Amino acid sequence: MTESFFHPAILFIAGAFLIPLLWGKVQKVYLLIIPAIAFLVCIGASQGTYGVYHFLGNEIIIAKVDKLSLVFSYVFTIMAFIGMMYGLHVKDAGQHVSAYLYIGGALGVTFAGDYFTLFLFWEIMAFSSAYLVFAQRESAAVKAGFRYILVHIAGGVLLLGGIILHYAETGSILFGPIEHSGSLAFYCIMTGFILNAAVPPLHAWLADAYPEATVTGAVFMCAFTTKTAVYVLVRAFPGTEILVWLGVIMALYGVVYAVLENDCRRLLAYHIVSQVGYMVAGVGMGTYMTLNGSVSHAFSHILYKALLFMGAGAVIQMTGKRKLTELGGLYRTMPVTLTLYMIGGFAISAFPLFSGFVSKSMVVAGAAADHRPIVALLLTMASAGTFLHTGLKLPYYMFFGKDSGLRPKEPPMNMLIAMGIAAFLCIAIGVVPGQLYRVLPYPVHFEPYTGDHVTSALGILMFTALGFFLLLKKLDPEPTISADTDWFYRKGALVFMWFARKPVGAWEGFITEITNTAIMPFIYAVARIGFWIDKNIVDKAVNGIAGIIMSLSAGVRRVQSGQLQHYAVGMVLGIMVIIFIFSMIVRG
Amino acid sequence: MLEKIINFIGDAKNAKTNRIIFYIILVVVFASDFFVDREHAHYIWDKIPGWGAFYGFISCVLIIVVSKFLGHQGKLMKKEDYYD
Repeated sequence: MTESFFHPAILFIAGAFLIPLLWGKVQKVYLLIIPAIAFLVCIGASQGTYGVYHFLGNEIIIAKVDKLSLVFSYVFTIMAFIGMMYGLHVKDAGQHVSAYLYIGGALGVTFAGDYFTLFLFWEIMAFSSAYLVFAQRESAAVKAGFRYILVHIAGGVLLLGGIILHYAETGSILFGPIEHSGSLAFYCIMTGFILNAAVPPLHAWLADAYPEATVTGAVFMCAFTTKTAVYVLVRAFPGTEILVWLGVIMALYGVVYAVLENDCRRLLAYHIVSQVGYMVAGVGMGTYMTLNGSVSHAFSHILYKALLFMGAGAVIQMTGKRKLTELGGLYRTMPVTLTLYMIGGFAISAFPLFSGFVSKSMVVAGAAADHRPIVALLLTMASAGTFLHTGLKLPYYMFFGKDSGLRPKEPPMNMLIAMGIAAFLCIAIGVVPGQLYRVLPYPVHFEPYTGDHVTSALGILMFTALGFFLLLKKLDPEPTISADTDWFYRKGALVFMWFARKPVGAWEGFITEITNTAIMPFIYAVARIGFWIDKNIVDKAVNGIAGIIMSLSAGVRRVQSGQLQHYAVGMVLGIMVIIFIFSMIVRG
Repeated sequence: MLEKIINFIGDAKNAKTNRIIFYIILVVVFASDFFVDREHAHYIWDKIPGWGAFYGFISCVLIIVVSKFLGHQGKLMKKEDYYD
């Protein structure tokens, strides 16, 4: 192996520790320059296997570089740059450090050649991202952060269990396609992965934690966790039938909850669930076209979803409000934010000339080509729902609708620049999809811009808009929250605490009472008897035996007089006794 | 320029003009679907002109009605202090 490869995760993970030592402009330049270098490293990386070690008789591959890992590394490093630009005004170095570790973790997973390395970086991601929630420093955020980390620990444990079982079965920890054996190892690893992909019913952590994170932290979170999960699913579980249907359910599930949602970032979080549904379904179908679709959709999703989160974050930053019921009429003072947000909205809704159109349609067309009409129809329906919420409902109630009287300024320039870069890429991918198609893992034979595809997509979207305006009154946001599967562990925790306080507490009191009134006096009585026995019987017996032994020893001492005649008498007596015993036995 | 367009759209005075523009766009989109080549269509519905418009509208209404039904009748929507 003559080629060398510099692992970009090192740049971020080692680089994170320098951040607190830098300040002012130097720190800002540093925050931007590391992602830029990492991007160039990924662009220049040549395919191959690097960092092969033998550890406890197993082969460890720190980095496996191929087309699939490279395409994810490109978008992760681009996103790192955009996210850092967006968060440049943040003074909290801890947030920058955890964002760096988080990005490093994602890149580590992307290049991991074995499960050991993968798991290590997987956990780095879980813990570093949790800090982005904690850093909000409000009670609700801290609680959501704890739920987030607990759910991810549970997922990590399942993954680790699966890895160990997989190793026991196959004797290998190399990371690659897993045989569809339906074994416990298969399901454990898959569950660990789909928890991070936010597949219902294991998705509630996402809608719970992301809206509570800091404005800049949420931008990183929406980009990395679910998309690394898509990457590992593409790598390990292509063609797993159950994922097709889980993906379709996801796509519609997110859409349904988004209708009910009042918190702007929670609405967007539910649309992550919906959009990742397309990717998961694409993995499940497992054809070259749908796998390419999953990867390309992950690529464009990272950019447009970050753009949407940045837009909503800018509004939260400038108004301090996040509920649609409290917002409205912001178009007057935030037209640039609105425009950039709408570019993200058009991209996620798959408008022609925007990135979603050239990536999402690959999955849907792949489903049609794979003879799955129902899947294609349901995914198209979810597509209408996407435009309904992120393209119409959210911007309508945030920027138009009822005037809230708020007159916030545009956000700081660095935030606008970051959004501008993301918006530019959303349009660039949509207009010139060839460059994205070239970096996909499999050869692409797909032309998104056919006449019927464009007109039918526009038909779906514009008549969704008609439906929206006709039913506008029904869609007015309501000041509520929605019960989701986190109900089970949030209410479950309350039941647990009630159980601990009430039945267990009462039982403990009862036991204490019985102990005090009945058992303790009995034990004291027994102890007193024991003490009396000890004092009067045991001690006396011990003293008595000791006395006997002492007098015996005194006697024995006297026997050893040192005079020969005494010993002679003793010998004669002894011999006589022996003869006596001997004669008795022989006679008998 | 952009600001002007946005202010025009947002201003309540222009609601009627906005609506007319919107309807014109709908007509153009619907009509254009009748003039495109459908050789690559996989399924029977893909061959029907105007299918996208019909399916988009039905999907939108269905999603709103079903979600709101689940939210209100299915008791998914809770008061904001539900977990406190």
